[in-house]
Amino acid sequence: MDQIMLLGFGTKGWGGMLLLGMVMTFLVTFTALAIGAVLGALVAWARLSRSRLARFGGEAYTTVFRGVPELLVIYVVYFGGSTVVTSVGQLLGAEGFIGFPSFIAGALAVGVISGSYQAEVYRGAFQAVARGEIEAARSVGMPTLMRFRRIIAPQVMRFALPGLGNVWQLSLKDSALVSVTGLAELMRTSQVAAGSTRQYFLFYIAGGVLYLVMTSLSNQVFDRAEARVARSFRGGLGRG
Amino acid sequence: MPDFPFIFDTMGKLLAALPTTLELFILSISVGGVLACFITWARISPYKLLSLPARGYIFVFRGSPLLIQMFLVYYGLGQFAVVRHSIFWPVLREPFVCAVLGLALCTAGYTAEILRGGLIAVPAQQIEAARACGMSGLLLLRRVIAPIAIRQALPAYSTEIILMMKSTALASLVTVWEVTGVAQRIISQTYRAMDVFLCAAAIYLVLNFVLVKLTGGLEYYLTPHLRARPTSLSAGLRPLPPPAAGDASHG
Repeated sequence: MDQIMLLGFGTKGWGGMLLLGMVMTFLVTFTALAIGAVLGALVAWARLSRSRLARFGGEAYTTVFRGVPELLVIYVVYFGGSTVVTSVGQLLGAEGFIGFPSFIAGALAVGVISGSYQAEVYRGAFQAVARGEIEAARSVGMPTLMRFRRIIAPQVMRFALPGLGNVWQLSLKDSALVSVTGLAELMRTSQVAAGSTRQYFLFYIAGGVLYLVMTSLSNQVFDRAEARVARSFRGGLGRG
Repeated sequence: MPDFPFIFDTMGKLLAALPTTLELFILSISVGGVLACFITWARISPYKLLSLPARGYIFVFRGSPLLIQMFLVYYGLGQFAVVRHSIFWPVLREPFVCAVLGLALCTAGYTAEILRGGLIAVPAQQIEAARACGMSGLLLLRRVIAPIAIRQALPAYSTEIILMMKSTALASLVTVWEVTGVAQRIISQTYRAMDVFLCAAAIYLVLNFVLVKLTGGLEYYLTPHLRARPTSLSAGLRPLPPPAAGDASHG
């Protein structure tokens, strides 16, 4: 069977490339999630803040990046980044056009989008922390940062876990769009393999199956993590 | 100082592509909605032969990226001589049709789960009561199950159609020139990413705002029991509307 050879690891096989693509997809998604965690935490903090300006800024961020197509955000980061890099390069004496590294562009774009979703997840999780615990911490004299580190952060991370699982799945699928910048992740590798062998159906099915493997594996990881975290909670709704 | 002539020019070009985006959106959620009804029906069926394929469909289309599904339809189908020589080829050859098909297949998986969520929320007692009154089949669905299920599913469905509005952007990757595709073309020609982005973002935000308002209005219309009771005496004394003629019999 020629087709099986094409998916294999031989000299003509694309198996190794596809697996490398999977690793790249994982790396982009992971970096994006980390960028999104920082942005999301900042935006959630802005949305919960007492300042009206910060609240407005936070709300604008989540509205824009949850409402605009992911592809558009990727284009603006990639092309906008290239413009910035080129003009900085010219200041430093370089000539001609300098492309923005597609990994950074992709991770940044998906990260900015995932930040807007993570902000909502963290905000919801913060609101789920019992007021009494924060008041109790304040009454025993804990300063703000310690209160955040000892009381708020651990609980927010727990409450946010199911939501973060959703965001991870979203970002994993969004990362396929980074292929438009030419980054050799799973989608792009399937595309190249399909184009150069003319076996479109085979390679898109293979790519799809590998995505399914990634989504279902990460689902299991998050399920485990939730079960582990749930040990320190008393039984309640939605757990079991 | 923003370059207004450029922004006006860009806005004009983007708005010219708006009908394509709207066509993609409306066609794909309509086709996807019909498909989703069948999948939900199969998914909740007690027969494994129906529910397992539906489960599989939902798993596959929710677990893989839409882009790969769309490419599978656009590039993958044309690879087979059977498809190329079939009567559907003149239609399936069109990128627009492929884009709609890809979007519809994907949203059907998500919508099916949303509908199932709505169906779970229908209290068993209400169905029993309706059966006790002699309703069955389509009448039961139309009078009791559907109104409750749709009301329950509407908030999740409004999120889904906003995601679909954003997903129409992917059609540009199979050469359908909708708003994002045109924006990309302008950005790569002028390298003025921010100006073009703001114009396109404004268009999508307005579209999403309209969608939120529409579904919000529909939700308000469908949940009269959750609204505040009229407080003034005159409003309370308004005569009840006469029952519609057809409702008396259990047709």
